[in-house]
Amino acid sequence: MKVTRRTVLSATALAAATTLALTACGSGSEPAASSAAKPSSSAPASDATLSVWVDSNRAPVLKEAAAEFTASSGVKVDLVIKDFGKIQEDFLRQVPSGKGPDITIGAHDWLGNLVKNGVVQPVELGDKVNDFQEVTIDAMSYDGKVYGVPYSTENLALLRNTELADKAPESFDDMVKAGKDSGAKYPFLVQVGTEGDPFHMYPFQMSFGTPVFGQNAEGGYDPSKLELGNAGGEKFATWLAKQGKAGLFNTNIDADIAKEKFNAGESPFFITGPWNVEDAQKAGIKLAVDPIPSAGGEPAAPFVGVQGFFVSSKTENLLAASEFLTNYIGTEAVQTKLYEAGKRPPANKAAFEAASQDELVSSFGQVAADGVPMPNIPEMNAVWEFWGVAEADIITGKAKDPVKRWNDMAKQVESAISK
Amino acid sequence: MTSQRPQRVKTRRAAQPVAVPADRVGIKTLLFKIVLLAILDAFAVIAIFMAVAKDSPLIAGALALVTLLVNVVYLKRGWLPAKYLVPGTIFLLLFQVFVIIYTGYIAFTNYGSGHNSDKDDAIMSLQQTNLNRVPDSSGYPVRVVEGADGLQLLVEIDGQPALGDSDDPLTPITADEAASLSILQFGQLLERQQELAELAVPVSDDPAEGMLRTQDGATAYPYTSSLKYDKAQDTMTDTTTGVVYRDIGTGAYTAEDGSELMPGWAVNVGMDNFTKALTDSSMRGSLIQVTTWTFAFAFISVASTFFLGLFLAIVFNDMRMKGRKIYRVLSILPYAFPAFLGGLVWAGMLNQDFGFINQTLFGGAAIPWLTDPWLAKLSVLWVNLWLGFPYMFLVCTGALQSIPNELSEAATIDGARPFQIFRLIKLPLLLVSVAPLLISSFAFNFNNFNIIYMLTNGGPRIQDSDLGVGSTDILISMVYKVAFEGANRDYGLASAFSIIIFVIVAIIAVISFKQTKALEDLN
Repeated sequence: MKVTRRTVLSATALAAATTLALTACGSGSEPAASSAAKPSSSAPASDATLSVWVDSNRAPVLKEAAAEFTASSGVKVDLVIKDFGKIQEDFLRQVPSGKGPDITIGAHDWLGNLVKNGVVQPVELGDKVNDFQEVTIDAMSYDGKVYGVPYSTENLALLRNTELADKAPESFDDMVKAGKDSGAKYPFLVQVGTEGDPFHMYPFQMSFGTPVFGQNAEGGYDPSKLELGNAGGEKFATWLAKQGKAGLFNTNIDADIAKEKFNAGESPFFITGPWNVEDAQKAGIKLAVDPIPSAGGEPAAPFVGVQGFFVSSKTENLLAASEFLTNYIGTEAVQTKLYEAGKRPPANKAAFEAASQDELVSSFGQVAADGVPMPNIPEMNAVWEFWGVAEADIITGKAKDPVKRWNDMAKQVESAISK
Repeated sequence: MTSQRPQRVKTRRAAQPVAVPADRVGIKTLLFKIVLLAILDAFAVIAIFMAVAKDSPLIAGALALVTLLVNVVYLKRGWLPAKYLVPGTIFLLLFQVFVIIYTGYIAFTNYGSGHNSDKDDAIMSLQQTNLNRVPDSSGYPVRVVEGADGLQLLVEIDGQPALGDSDDPLTPITADEAASLSILQFGQLLERQQELAELAVPVSDDPAEGMLRTQDGATAYPYTSSLKYDKAQDTMTDTTTGVVYRDIGTGAYTAEDGSELMPGWAVNVGMDNFTKALTDSSMRGSLIQVTTWTFAFAFISVASTFFLGLFLAIVFNDMRMKGRKIYRVLSILPYAFPAFLGGLVWAGMLNQDFGFINQTLFGGAAIPWLTDPWLAKLSVLWVNLWLGFPYMFLVCTGALQSIPNELSEAATIDGARPFQIFRLIKLPLLLVSVAPLLISSFAFNFNNFNIIYMLTNGGPRIQDSDLGVGSTDILISMVYKVAFEGANRDYGLASAFSIIIFVIVAIIAVISFKQTKALEDLN
């Protein structure tokens, strides 16, 4: 009996200890930002700590850059590694509680949502604005103000297996013909998925002259000017239904399958972004990067995505944060290093020039030059919600009347935005 | 109800002898107890210090209270029930009660997109984002200077040094005066970042020329604010159009014409979320469809897993069956599979063109397992059956083995056929012990988010649904879509839905447990 009791007692005490230890860990792992700016008389800058959220891909480079920054400025940098897909949600919830980071990595299309929720603040780049490619500054701007320091761009292009196709296709039909002539199983590959993939379809849609939103006087996207349902959109819908029927677009091909088939040499063409280049090269595919061929006559411009760093609206280390971003991360040297780690075209012009010696990077960059930034206004969320599913319905033939389905979608988006 | 009574007797018997000789606890035990408590207290003290350092007196207070309670309970003689119950109660409060209360609280607010924080944060953010650089202005190289009452900015304009702070506009000074000032270095500024961030020096008495602000301590730019905050009136005025925005209680500064300034802040909205969840016309269609399917899904899942599990349990319980152990192990395997992984793997296998099922089992037929509304429902149920039957199999095997063999022997002698034995003797006995588990299984499947999210993500989508729900969405996956996907994240509405789900499940559980009571009376 005694033994039992003793065991139980120690177990319960241990359990209670764990409870408290857990609580202690909980408060201990928060970024130390809030206690950083304590006034102290004459000590050199040593207890200022910047907390920065990064994803695991960029963490190693940033770690190196942060160490150099600490050495030159005396500001400690605390890198917190997060899953890129979770950063936006976590940032939105943690900044108001005062426990968010000072700086976070992010994608420019989050910006509208971040501003609407008051969790980021403008960054004054001053004359340094001219050091960056214009498209990246546009992407990082909202309501005429720059909110982040861009560091790289990402966009779709046409990957070509040079052993199966020796020249870049002039048009969509040209690509299909070349693809069929090559004898490969798939004339070309693009991921669609059961819920559609409007991001990957967008270049084709653009070639029919149908952007998502019109632009306002300052060059920003205007949510009140929805362009999806214009005449080009209807043509695109009809075209999409035809290609779906011919089996050229297939909702059962998702990202993984498309990549697997291309890397297995089963198609000469693959519409994708730089994220799939490395694996294709590893699989032994000889690659060229071409512009996406037009289907509707106008240029098939892809969305350009820009990655950058945002500053929290509640940071207590604004000086250190802007020093780190504008005078450090934005510089050619650091951007070149970031490029070497991630192989994405840098936002800094000089770094981009240097990186362009790599033929694939410069080709992606050239396609980006024709592209437009993905809309960063919060209304875009409403578009994503309905856009892809409508395209999937049209491709599979589930929608008997593609034009009607397309216009219904445009109406749904409009009513969701006006809510 | 034979299984519970002996247990209760046992605990009582266990408690009594211990309570008396508690005085004679050995020195080792005592020492052990003290060491454990000391470790615990050390952790608690660290935690309390941290909480205080981070300005969370509430957490610090709660921690101190809990630590005190734990110490008292374990150092005090007697109080045996408390010694057993305290850790569990702490966990219960932390992980259950707190979560429920917090969800309840959120359900009565408009917390969500655009109402993400409190009013002070919203005002701060509005002021930050509405600072505009004076058109065509260039940057001034500046030095930050320690003044009599706070930081000052030293600017050189056309060779002429000028000094100013937040209260006094820039005024020219002589070069000698400028040289005598104590200029703060970057390292010193790091200690006073907040002060620096708030420092705004008027360029002149003309407000149109703006205020100088510097983010990096080296270059300053003149800014004007397009939004003026009047603290006394609690209004925001757009300085370019003259429109006045007022706090009208909706959690955002609102103009006469109804336009709002974003960000707003979270406010209490009373029953609005519940009213919206139950009556909003754009939701009603989806809600009825989703609720019906949720009940069907949960009910069919429980029934199918239970009957398959029971069937297998009976078969493998039969002594005449050879290789029972191997079969048992094999049928428990899916149970060892994480549900979300199972969902992912099955989603791949059910792919219309590339999946194993169509390619290999159906010889390349293009059956739209996941994209046809009815087949998708079937697929979800099938995969859930695959994932769920081992549990029922285990439970039923245990329950069957605890039914004495004499009962069926006696029934056989009385002339009962095997099926009659099963239906009239074994099944009722089985249900007494298994019924509570069936109820909890129902509650679990009612909220079985993993399988839906991983297998179909609710799809195929229903075209005219404004919430973006699909044919296989159950209530909880719909709540997820309301909260985290789509145009507007609405945590308040999602919390309201969660509470409605909680109420539904609670009602069903209460009714079912009443029914089980009736089963118990059979014995």
